[in-house]
Amino acid sequence: MLNTANNRPSNSRYSLPAIALHWVLALAIIGALGLGAYMTGLPFSPARLKLYNWHKWLGVCILAFSALRLLWRLTHRPPADVAMPAWQARAAHATHVAFYALFFAVPLVGWAYSSAAGFPIVLFGLWPLPDFVLPDRELAEAIKPLHGALAWSLAALVVLHVLAALKHHFIDKDGLLNRMRPGR
Amino acid sequence: MTARTLYALTLASALLGAVLQPAQAQPKPATLVAAGSEIAFTTKQMGVPVEGKFGKFTAQIALDPKKPETGTVAFSIDTDSARFGSAELDAEVPKATWLNVPRFPQASFNSSAVKGLGGGKFEVTGKLTIKGATKDLTVPVQVTQAGAASAQVSTASGSFVIKRLDFKVGDGDWADTSMLANDIQVRFKLQLTGLAPL
Repeated sequence: MLNTANNRPSNSRYSLPAIALHWVLALAIIGALGLGAYMTGLPFSPARLKLYNWHKWLGVCILAFSALRLLWRLTHRPPADVAMPAWQARAAHATHVAFYALFFAVPLVGWAYSSAAGFPIVLFGLWPLPDFVLPDRELAEAIKPLHGALAWSLAALVVLHVLAALKHHFIDKDGLLNRMRPGR
Repeated sequence: MTARTLYALTLASALLGAVLQPAQAQPKPATLVAAGSEIAFTTKQMGVPVEGKFGKFTAQIALDPKKPETGTVAFSIDTDSARFGSAELDAEVPKATWLNVPRFPQASFNSSAVKGLGGGKFEVTGKLTIKGATKDLTVPVQVTQAGAASAQVSTASGSFVIKRLDFKVGDGDWADTSMLANDIQVRFKLQLTGLAPL
């Protein structure tokens, strides 16, 4: 499909919706990862309760934004790769595919964990979301480490992704970051 | 018969009648069947429902359904027996911020009045004591009965709302009701044997 956001050749920047979703998701994911790492160390308190709920609300938003991002990606071809060794291009694509998988897996497992632990998610304190597993202490115990492990994998990929993008832009000087910057 | 004799006879009959009238019968106490009884409660933290149950309690209910105003209802709950869906909550709630189990091992209710509303419905008024604080409470109770007269089982059920801050349950930082609601819905189902027929 043609990139209808502009008439320039496709080896330019991502479309505006892709750019917007990228940065919104980036902020939300880094926020959720940060909250997740910090909040589990807190003692039982109203502060911890608040952070746990904010973390869950953020996770649900990430699920929604990721669905939009995937839908857009499946219907809009991204710009062609900048010139780079084949192994780097493969690594980049593999990272992006892993990202899409984790964008869904991490919050879905988290949601299941919350349900199994007996705490349904009430979005923004207002809208109860369905539990797709029933409360089950043993299941909760089994799921909990999975949510953590997947989240840490996502965090590792985020670091890799950021470092790789910076390397391309500042060391290879191939203008990679401009592709994710809105502009002319 | 003279007027005086008539007067004396009337007085004597009245006095005799008063002495011979059976004493106001105290209702027989019913027996609580713990296995078929439940006291549960629910509240909300930031919109998320939190449910719990008391596993251990006793009830002293002496009620003649045909003369409810003579009845008394009392129950006593082991605060130690509060259980939630989460091990963390089970461990947290006995602390001083919440039920302070070491200092207040029991929560109790004692009725001051029982009113019959007909159709097995009653209204019990009394005092609820939790964590050393006492509040007046009126509880609507529905009693149903099943089984043959010799093996009759009565079920008394109902629900009411209490405000946890009235009893300082969830004190200090936890007094913030935007974090944890003030309203706690309590519902009970007490299975009794030995209650007179409705």
